[in-house]
Amino acid sequence: MRADQILHPTEAGLYCPPGDFFIDPVRPVPRALITHGHGDHARSGHGSVLATRQTLEIMAIRYGEDFTGTRQVAEGEIRVGDVTVSFHPAGHILGSAQIRVRPDKGPTIVVSGDYCRAPNPVCAPYEPVPCDVFVTEATFGLPVFRHPDPLSEMTRLTASMAEFPERPHLIGAYALGKAQRVISLARQAGIDGPIAIHGALQRLCDYHIEQGIELGPLIPATAADVPAQLVIAPPSAFASAWVQRFRDPVIGFASGWMTVRARARQRGVELPLIISDHVDWPQVTQTVRELAPSELWITHGNEDGLMRWCELEGIPARPLRLVGYEDEPE
Amino acid sequence: MKAFAHLLERLAFTAARNAKLRLLRHYLQSTPDPDRGWALAALTGDLKLRAVTPRLLRGLIAERVDEQLFALSYDFVGDMAETIALLWQGDGGDDVPLSEAVALLQDTGRAGLPAAIAAMLDRLGPSERLAFLKLATGNMRVGLSARMARIALAEMGEPDVADIEEIWHGLTAPYQPLFDWVEGGPRPAHAALAPFRPVMLSTPVDLDQLQGFDPGDYVAEWKWDGIRVQAVNDGGVRKLYSRTGEDVSGAFPDVIEALNFDGAVDGELLVRRGDDIAPFGDLQQRLNRKTVTKAMLDSHPAGLRVYDLLIWQGRDMRLLPHSERRAALQAVDFGSDRIDVSPLLPYATWDDLAALRADPPSPVIEGVMLKRSDSAYVGGRPRGPWFKWKRDPMIVDAVMLYAQRGHGKRSGFYSDFTFGLWDGDQLVPVGKAYFGFTDEELRDLDRFVRTNTTERFGPVRSVAPKLVLEVAFEGLNESARHKSGVAMRFPRISRIRWDKPASEADLLDTLRAMLP
Repeated sequence: MRADQILHPTEAGLYCPPGDFFIDPVRPVPRALITHGHGDHARSGHGSVLATRQTLEIMAIRYGEDFTGTRQVAEGEIRVGDVTVSFHPAGHILGSAQIRVRPDKGPTIVVSGDYCRAPNPVCAPYEPVPCDVFVTEATFGLPVFRHPDPLSEMTRLTASMAEFPERPHLIGAYALGKAQRVISLARQAGIDGPIAIHGALQRLCDYHIEQGIELGPLIPATAADVPAQLVIAPPSAFASAWVQRFRDPVIGFASGWMTVRARARQRGVELPLIISDHVDWPQVTQTVRELAPSELWITHGNEDGLMRWCELEGIPARPLRLVGYEDEPE
Repeated sequence: MKAFAHLLERLAFTAARNAKLRLLRHYLQSTPDPDRGWALAALTGDLKLRAVTPRLLRGLIAERVDEQLFALSYDFVGDMAETIALLWQGDGGDDVPLSEAVALLQDTGRAGLPAAIAAMLDRLGPSERLAFLKLATGNMRVGLSARMARIALAEMGEPDVADIEEIWHGLTAPYQPLFDWVEGGPRPAHAALAPFRPVMLSTPVDLDQLQGFDPGDYVAEWKWDGIRVQAVNDGGVRKLYSRTGEDVSGAFPDVIEALNFDGAVDGELLVRRGDDIAPFGDLQQRLNRKTVTKAMLDSHPAGLRVYDLLIWQGRDMRLLPHSERRAALQAVDFGSDRIDVSPLLPYATWDDLAALRADPPSPVIEGVMLKRSDSAYVGGRPRGPWFKWKRDPMIVDAVMLYAQRGHGKRSGFYSDFTFGLWDGDQLVPVGKAYFGFTDEELRDLDRFVRTNTTERFGPVRSVAPKLVLEVAFEGLNESARHKSGVAMRFPRISRIRWDKPASEADLLDTLRAMLP
C-alpha cells in the first residue's frame, strides 16, 4: 500500500481508508483520532474519539461529558480496522500526542499534530518516533523563528514588573497549555505571590493542578480590585470590558509570533514575550534530519519556507494544504 | 549593548510618554559613561555615523541565507534590518559596549565596512543585532524626541529642563560633562556660539479672569497662527530654534539669510506674501524638510514677526522689564522685508480688547497675547506675566464612524473616535479625536461603541452612524492627503449630542467654508 492510500487529506481532515478514521477532523465524523485538546484539532460531535486520557478529559471539560458518542483511551498499540495505531508524547500541551499509523504492509506514518521540543514543565517531552512518512506542522516554518530560552523571556517580565511596580501586568496566553506554562515559568522566575487568572482559565488550571502540575497560589481576576501584579488572561479578554478594571496596565502577550515586531504591534502589545509551544525553525529542521523520513508531509503554517528547505536538502516533501487549522490555536 | 537593545525594544512598544521617560531615566542611571552618552545621542538623532545602506546589508545576508528563504522571511517580517537580525546566526554571548559599536561605525573605512559589520553581528544576540543594525542605518524610530530626552535628564538630578536646554546645543556626544552636572558636578560652560535660550510661555485666560487685572499694567499683541521661534545671530553663527530648542535652521535658509543682526530674538515664523500672512498650512509645507527647493522658497517665502529681544548686541536683556525690551525692539531696523516687529494693539479697557479679538484683521490671527509691562523674560511658563486669550474654537456637529481602543490608562476603552460630515447622502470622515470628554463620558462612549458595532478590523470598530459629537478645533488646513480635503487642528470632543439625530449633523461644505 502506498502512503497516500493509508492517509490522505479530505475536506473533513486527514482520512485513513484502511482504518476508516480521521485524524483531528474539522467537522463531525463517525470515528476520530485526536492529537491534542486545542479547539481547532479537538472538536465535539464525533461518533467516537480515540485520544490520550488527558486529551479526553480536557475535551470533556471544554465541551461537556457528551462531547462524543463513545470514547477510548489510547494506551499501547491499538488495532483500528486494518491498521495499528499508537500515541506518543508531542511536548506541545498536557496530553498532546503524535499518532503513529502502521499498516500491515507498507510505510509507517507519524502524524505529529502540533509539537514542541523545548522543555515544558506542564507536559511530557516530545519523543522521536521512527517513521517512513513524517507529517509535520510548519507554524513557525521560516528561518527567522528561533525561539529564545523561555526563562530569559520571563526575566524581561520580572524586570518590567520591577520597573513599573504600580502597574498591573496583564499577559495574554491561550487558555489551554500556554497559560499554565506561563504561570509555571513565572514560578521558576521567582514570582512566588498570588497570580490572578481570568475566569476562562479557572477550570483548565484546576485540571493541571489535579494532574500534579505545580502552579502555586492562583486567585480569580474577577473582583473590581485584583490584588496581584501579574494577571494571566486569554488574549480575547483584552478586547472586552473586563480589562477596564485595571489601571494603566502593561499589556503583554506570550506567543511565538512576538518574534516579529509588526505582529506585536498589530496586537497593541507593550511587552511581547516570545514563548511558544510549537517547534521553531531549528527544531523542525533538526527533527526532520533526525528522523530522516523518506517523505515529509506538511500540514499547516508557513509551509513555503519548509518546502524550500526540503528542496535544498533533497528531502521529498509535499504540502497537505489542510484547511481549518489556526495560526496558533487556542 | 544588551541594555541599549532592551531599552530600544521597550521604547518601541511603549506609547505612554511617562513610561518612556521612566525607561530612559532608568537606563541613563544604570549605564556607565560613555555608553549612555552614545545612546542618548542615537535616540535624539544627534549621532552622525557612516550610514550603512540597505544594499550593503542585503549583500551580507545573501552570502549566508538562501535567496528564496530570505525573500519569504523578509515578506513575513516586513523590515530589512529586523529580518537580517533574526536570520543571522551568531552565538550572542558577548555584551559588546555600545561605544565599541559606535567606534566601528565612525572609524571603519568603506572597503572594510561589510566585513566589520559581519564580525560584529557574529558576536551579538538577536535583539542586540537589531539595535546595532538600527544604529548603522540611522533609523531608530522609537518615538522619543530630544525634548523628552532632556526631561529624562532633568528628572535625574538638580538642573531643570530649562537649564539643560540652555546648554544643550553646545554639547557633543557622549556628553560626559552633562552627566557629571546632572549628578552633582559643575555646570558645563557654554561651548558653542548661538545657543538656545529657554522660551517664556503664556497661560490661557478669559474675559472673566481678566476682570481681576488692570488693563493698564499690560500691553497686547495679536497672537499669530505660525510657529514660535528663537532667531539667533551670535558672531556670525545663525540659528533658528523651535520653542523646544530643536534646530530648524535647515528648513528656512531664507530666514537665516535675513538675520543680519547681533543677538537673539523671540518671534513668530510665518509664510508671508507681501503684506499677506499665509495660513498655517502653507507654513507646515516648509517644516520637517532637510532641504528646500528653489520653487518652494519662491512660492512659500518665510519671514519673522519679532516680539521680544533676549540678547541684543552683546547685552542680556532678559532681566529688564518688558517695557524696556519693547522700547529697544521698536528702535531696531532689521534691514530686511522678511523681518518686522509685531505691533501693539490700542485698547483702554478689557471690553475694547474683546472687541478687537472678536474681529481680527486677518484669518491667521488666533487671538491676542497680553504681556505685563514690568515683567522680566523668564524661561518656562510662569503664571501671570503673559496670558494668551485665544479666539473661541470653531465647532461642527459630526457623526461617529469608527472607534479604536486606547492605550495606558485607557486600555480596554474605545477612546479614539473618527467622525464624519455629510456630503450628499454619504458621511465623509473629517477627523479623529481622543480627548475632550470626562472619564464618565468615556464609559458611556465605550458602551455606545460596544453596542453599536457593525464591523471589526483588528483594534478598530466601525459603528452604526447615529451618535452626533460636537467637535471643537483650533484651525483648519487644506489637505490633499484626506478624502475630505481638509485637516482639523487640535480637534477634541466638546459635547456629546445624545439628543441630536445623525441626519442633522453638519455638511462637509459647512466645514470647507471655514477654511481661512
